[in-house]
Amino acid sequence: MPHVLKAPLTVEFPFTRSLGPVQSAFLTGLRERVVLGVRATDGRVLVPPAEYDPVTAEEIRDLVEVAATGTVTTWAWNHDPRRGQPLDTPFAWVLVRLDGADTALLHALDVPGPDAVRTGLRVRVRWAAERTGAVTDIACFEPYDGAPDRPGESQGAFADPVRGIVAPARLDYTYSPGRAQTAYLDALTARRIVGERCPSCRKVYVPPRGACPTCGVATAEQVEVGPRGTVTTFCIVNIKAKNLDIEVPYVYAHIALDGADLALHARIGGIPYDQVRMGLRVEPVWTEGARYPEHYRPTGEPDADYDTYKELL
Amino acid sequence: MTREIAVVAFAQTDHRRTSDELSEVELLMPVLHQVLDRTGLKSADIGFTCSGSSDYLAGRAFSFTLALDGVGAWPPLSESHVEMDGAWALYEAWTKLLTGEADTALVYAYGKSSPGSLRDVLTRQLDPYYVAPLWPDSVTLAALQAQALIDAGHTDEPALAAVAARSRADAETNSHAQLRGSVPHGDYLVRPLRTGDCPPIGDGAAAVVLAAGDRARQLCARPAWIRGIDHRIEAHSLGVRDLTDSPSTRLAAQRTGAFERPVELAELHAPFTSQEVVLRRALRLGDDVRVNPSGGALAANPMMAAGLIRVGEAAAAVHRGDCDRALAHATSGPCLQQNLVAVLEGDPR
Ligand SMILES: [Zn+2]
Repeated sequence: MPHVLKAPLTVEFPFTRSLGPVQSAFLTGLRERVVLGVRATDGRVLVPPAEYDPVTAEEIRDLVEVAATGTVTTWAWNHDPRRGQPLDTPFAWVLVRLDGADTALLHALDVPGPDAVRTGLRVRVRWAAERTGAVTDIACFEPYDGAPDRPGESQGAFADPVRGIVAPARLDYTYSPGRAQTAYLDALTARRIVGERCPSCRKVYVPPRGACPTCGVATAEQVEVGPRGTVTTFCIVNIKAKNLDIEVPYVYAHIALDGADLALHARIGGIPYDQVRMGLRVEPVWTEGARYPEHYRPTGEPDADYDTYKELL
Repeated sequence: MTREIAVVAFAQTDHRRTSDELSEVELLMPVLHQVLDRTGLKSADIGFTCSGSSDYLAGRAFSFTLALDGVGAWPPLSESHVEMDGAWALYEAWTKLLTGEADTALVYAYGKSSPGSLRDVLTRQLDPYYVAPLWPDSVTLAALQAQALIDAGHTDEPALAAVAARSRADAETNSHAQLRGSVPHGDYLVRPLRTGDCPPIGDGAAAVVLAAGDRARQLCARPAWIRGIDHRIEAHSLGVRDLTDSPSTRLAAQRTGAFERPVELAELHAPFTSQEVVLRRALRLGDDVRVNPSGGALAANPMMAAGLIRVGEAAAAVHRGDCDRALAHATSGPCLQQNLVAVLEGDPR
């Protein structure tokens, strides 16, 4: 296999979600150790409750308290729990139909092994010690051989209802940019800028992505471009980006490197922002240890003639 | 139906566990060239382009826009994208051709599962309020369905193992397949599903060309006419559904006319052995129907492409003259939540 770069890539985001009236009542109820269902138009009690009828799509809001005891309707044995799952010791995933409900809730069942679980097993909610109004307020289920719990009369009205949840999500990837971009990044480490030429239209693309977007064919022939280039168009940035250590205003520009048929973009420095112009000749400025040019600065050459870059705008 | 529309060409990659050396566009481009070469069309000749893929596989927003370079998106083309399996992109292209606004369509789909942990990534398609915070992975949800089928007496573990063995044996003749031949049935991954009951995780791409009426006859010696295509969805809450049945598949099949006459061949998108049991019953497939002669998703399951591949494999069987009437099925979401069914026929011989 050809050499390819790889790097860890973590995508992490605390999704903030607002709740409708039914979801709010259900999750607030869990905080208060109350399990609520909603009555569907056919009379069934749905737990967990939906906001719209799964058959008729009508809005439904008739909340009904159900028991914290129930019956396993199907299960699966998870001998190797994964990050984020309810228990970190082996457990059974279960769908549980709570007493008083007609549909089943997905959660974990804490039992020592697969022999301790079967469809039809009676179970009870184990509440989390600290509850915030989330489905994880149910820590898990546990086996239960007593009489069904008798549910209370709650209709979902609580003081200080939960209005939203924050659902943190984290996914880990190993990113590989592929052959063409690996070659580009490798060249940058030697402070060279390398594009690829399309075998069909002969245009040189930089940075190369391995395909000519006009011809739809693979590019392979590497071509060193620059280091000097021409500003084809630019904008003046007046708002400071978060975590960016550059004084505003500054200029961000499209730069057609000599020998390239596509402009790449970079910041322009070494010249007052209001003196940057189309046709300005620039060159890259590398800083110690940087993996790409820190910015581009004027070369001092005369401006390029418009006709030399008008196709690259 | 005012226009006849056919699948006229199909191509797919060799599906592999990893493809680190290839970006998405590098993975996809050879398949696009192959499928166009089979019709003699150039990308500029295509009336409509539609793709299926998912940003969550790549871990990057708008990842499909980069793949468009492989199509040749300049000058501008008529293009659309679905953030799901390419079978649904094919459905969109089919409706576009029905309107008469285009005579040909290119449909492609790709997925690189190798950069991430697929079982974790797929948890993000679940209900974000009640389910996703528990991180139940894709194998777990299929295992719950499998246990429900076992409890209902519809199957047992040896029968599931036989589905796996038959699929991988059939895949011996499919050079694109990732798993073929004799594959150990393995240990439990999530009981009752063993590794052998589960699809391989891999990277791959596929592409199909659709054409209408006489254009299809010009481009293909034996077009695979889409006699019907329909897709249906069920309640997202697993506990509301009967996991042993697939009423959405049955309804989609009914709307495509699948039950009007028997099919000879069925390509079912059943990534887990247990799901083939559900689909065979929902589609009323007899033992005389050849199911997944390609090996199906148990032999290669590139996310977002595996459903389109089912349509492509069924069409290719018609192109070759291996059958006159075939059924293709694609699924999306946990436990067969959404299902698409197409019926494909060749001209009478
Ligand atoms: Zn070109």
